Amino acid sequence: MSLMGLRRHADLWLLGSAMLLCCVSPLKAEVKNSEHESHSNSNITGIPIVTFKWEHVETPYLVALWVLVSFLCKLVIEANHHVTNIIPESALLICAGFILGGIIWGADLQQTFKLTPTVFFFYLLPPIILDSGYHMPNKLFFTNLGAILVYAVIGTCWNAASLGLSLWGCHKGGAMGELDIGLLQYLLFGSLIAAVDPVAVLAVFEQVHVNEVLFILVFGESLLNDGVTVVLFNVFDAFVTLGGAQIDAVEIIKGIISFFVVAFGGSLLGFVFGLLMCFLTRCTKNIQIIEPGFIFVVGYLSYLTAEMLSLSAILSCVFCGVCCQKYINANMNENSVKTVKYAMKVFANGSETMIFVFLGISAIDKTIWVWNTGFILLTLLFIFIYRFIGVFIQTWILNRFRLVPLEFIDQLIMGFGGLRGAVAYGLAVMMDENKIKEKNLMVSTTLIVVFFTVIVQGIIMKPLVKWLKVKKATESELTLIEKVQNRVFDHMLVAIEDISGQIGHNYMRDKWKNFEEKWMMWLLMKPSARKKQDHVFNVFHQLNLKDAVEYVSEGESRGSLEFIRNDSAIIDFKKKLGEDIFDTMPDVTADTSFDHGIVLPDRRDPVPSVSLEMHEQTMNGLREMEDLNSHHLLQEHLYKGRKQHRHKFSRNHLTINTDEDEVQEIFQRTMRRRLESFKSAKMGMGPPKIISKHTKKEQQKAPNGMKRNSGDEDFEFSEADSASGYDPSYSYRSGGGIENPAFMADLDPVVPVQIPPWLAEAELYSGAVSPSQRAQARPPLSAGDLRRLAPLRISTRSTDSFMMADIPAAEQRRDSFDLPPPPPPPPSKDGRHQ
Amino acid sequence: MGSRASTLLREEEIEEIKKETGFSHSQITRLYSRFTSLDKGENGALREDQVNFRGFMRTLAHFRPVEDNEKNKNVSNTEPLNSRTNKLHFAFQLYDLDRDDKISRDELLQVLRMMVGVNISDEQLGSIADRTIQEADANGDGCISFTEFMKVLEKVDVEQKMSIRFLH
Repeated sequence: MSLMGLRRHADLWLLGSAMLLCCVSPLKAEVKNSEHESHSNSNITGIPIVTFKWEHVETPYLVALWVLVSFLCKLVIEANHHVTNIIPESALLICAGFILGGIIWGADLQQTFKLTPTVFFFYLLPPIILDSGYHMPNKLFFTNLGAILVYAVIGTCWNAASLGLSLWGCHKGGAMGELDIGLLQYLLFGSLIAAVDPVAVLAVFEQVHVNEVLFILVFGESLLNDGVTVVLFNVFDAFVTLGGAQIDAVEIIKGIISFFVVAFGGSLLGFVFGLLMCFLTRCTKNIQIIEPGFIFVVGYLSYLTAEMLSLSAILSCVFCGVCCQKYINANMNENSVKTVKYAMKVFANGSETMIFVFLGISAIDKTIWVWNTGFILLTLLFIFIYRFIGVFIQTWILNRFRLVPLEFIDQLIMGFGGLRGAVAYGLAVMMDENKIKEKNLMVSTTLIVVFFTVIVQGIIMKPLVKWLKVKKATESELTLIEKVQNRVFDHMLVAIEDISGQIGHNYMRDKWKNFEEKWMMWLLMKPSARKKQDHVFNVFHQLNLKDAVEYVSEGESRGSLEFIRNDSAIIDFKKKLGEDIFDTMPDVTADTSFDHGIVLPDRRDPVPSVSLEMHEQTMNGLREMEDLNSHHLLQEHLYKGRKQHRHKFSRNHLTINTDEDEVQEIFQRTMRRRLESFKSAKMGMGPPKIISKHTKKEQQKAPNGMKRNSGDEDFEFSEADSASGYDPSYSYRSGGGIENPAFMADLDPVVPVQIPPWLAEAELYSGAVSPSQRAQARPPLSAGDLRRLAPLRISTRSTDSFMMADIPAAEQRRDSFDLPPPPPPPPSKDGRHQ
Repeated sequence: MGSRASTLLREEEIEEIKKETGFSHSQITRLYSRFTSLDKGENGALREDQVNFRGFMRTLAHFRPVEDNEKNKNVSNTEPLNSRTNKLHFAFQLYDLDRDDKISRDELLQVLRMMVGVNISDEQLGSIADRTIQEADANGDGCISFTEFMKVLEKVDVEQKMSIRFLH
């Protein structure tokens, strides 16, 4: 198996490299040729039909080609999961870069394609940062912000200082031989290599799934330390330029001030751009198609503007994303939100791929390599050691203030996760070789450090995490009760903090929330979005949608959905399209019923469907036909799905109810139907009466509701109450559609109302269970029957007639189970009805 | 501490509270002064509920952060008040107003109503309540018992979510 995979792997590799070789070399040749041609073109004798204009398209072509090649590398690497389980993808991409670099080097004898700082900092890095900011878990981030800042600022400074000083000490001690590097240059080198890199951290951590606090600490640190890195690098760069003599207290103070300016300025700029984004999305109701475009453009502008003002571009981009995510997700329509989420992931992933491939390629360059064993090895050693020391010391201090202290194991992983990446390389290449004679040595060292951390530490990370039994990320299922409970906890904590008279975390958060609700939302969110802001409700809505989608796909895989397209069933809804109360209502109720039906078998499945039905009839605020259709679809599928599970003995991911009660109920229903069919065979017109009763029962609920309240809205609300099981006795026993269809004394067939789907289902059901009877009872279906039969015809199965036939049977069977005697409910209903 | 001799905090009391709740001496005195400032009526108890200082401390003790070394100290005693189970039990009691050890749909609805904005209609809330109950309800009685409550929240980091730092 793995051999085959390897072979495939090898094939693709060969293909890829051959392709590249073929592409690049001829292109290079063509460049030279075309130059000749362009010269010779001045003496053309005839009209050229086709010309090869390479220089015309050179730049964009190469860019596109390289993007393609990087993605192909990723394709090849991901082809075989056995390898990617052990070696992280980033490491493999670097290796792919090595190979490609080797090919190019072989073809050209020079490294024509490198990862230049411009390309890296302006084109490849911003998408990744924007993506991180946009998808940042805000609550977690801000809860741990104190710790993150400590690690980012103090940790990076410590790393830089300790590394620079130690290396300088070793140099003085003679461990590195002859090098022309002064203390300042060591500090500069230290500052650029000290920073933990967000790209590398993401690449390695994404496959290990450590617990979220640990992840946010490392990742947050990698993002926020850019503020420090930029400052340190610029400050030391300036110092190196100025020379040691010029450095006095003033300059140092200026350096410290510049840190605050850069860091806070960058963040502030990010906030401003975030707010701009929110405003824009607030007004884009009419141009929803290019809403996503705004996000990308403004995000990118935030990065560039900060870069222009020599502030921290990464901080700006991150805070732009962090600040705007909530509002733009609320303001934009769902498609735009999905587009933004997905496109950002595409860009970020693509950039990451390219970065690693190019890092590999850039390494294959003889001109930059300077090997100094002492320097390189000492750097590696010191980076490692100082990272751990720094983490332990800082964590020890932090644990005295944290609510949940960081465990030792987490600290180990945090120390180990201090990965350096392309940012360090970019900064190293940006150094001026006139000022820094040993630039190549530093670049080489940086490359080696990056490769070591990404490849070696990346490979070790997964087994290490497993070995140390680090707490993994909990698989977050979106359960409603957890969300509700979390909300309760939040409120509780605010209250307790208030009672115990201290201003804590939660108090602040509460104050911020109030402020936000009062001002920010008013300012930044569309009025329609403001209404839908309740978190618990949103979760509920999402859960409903998820369930609905599941059901529909289940239903589709099961069989024909033709009855869905039956327009007559949807007629009633159209009437109600007027008001726009809660367009999510259908999903809400639909799903409640759904859940009742599938998860809790003893909840008398049919009844929720019934109430659902009622809701459908009386529902307002259905803006889109789609919602209606899917709602109806869902409803159609609810019962059907369950029954089909049972009788086709199929297994699927939805839980099959093996509950005794349900089995009983279904059995009883079948028996009822059989009796009905028997009776109808004898009596002819018997069944119709019952059918209308059946459907009438649906109607019963409507008028009942009407009696209790006036007006459409109240009507549906009260129905909701009864439907949602508020009054089980009422709903389930007397209202149980399938159970007691026969007990409607009222013969008024207000049948145009769509028949409850489970009715339609019922005959499918019965068809499957008692095929023999199909042959027996088939009352002729005349035009007169259509009224009651039409709904039944929703399904294309031929057992329609069976349905009506079976109803009388139910009547008799009813007595056998625990239901209130037939007479009471109908009369009372009738009374109410009258 | 005021001049009301009857409500002065005595050393023995502080010791008792310390043992029962796990607060430190300074925390207890601090919270006592807070209690007295809240207790404007000077009846030694807060409001109509007549929560005395001991009850006050007991409630607050639920919110202390969970400490591992606690387990070593209180081996023989019952669980400390801020253990995970007790925290969850406190949360459970917030819902269970009639103290029948079950959260019924109505009780859940009440809590939901308090937490949710005015934009959500009653029946939507009802649906949410139903679904919530159904997620947790293992034995199908339509109510959430404490065991079911605990089970459904086993993934939630209760220790962190229900703790605050008490100033020393």
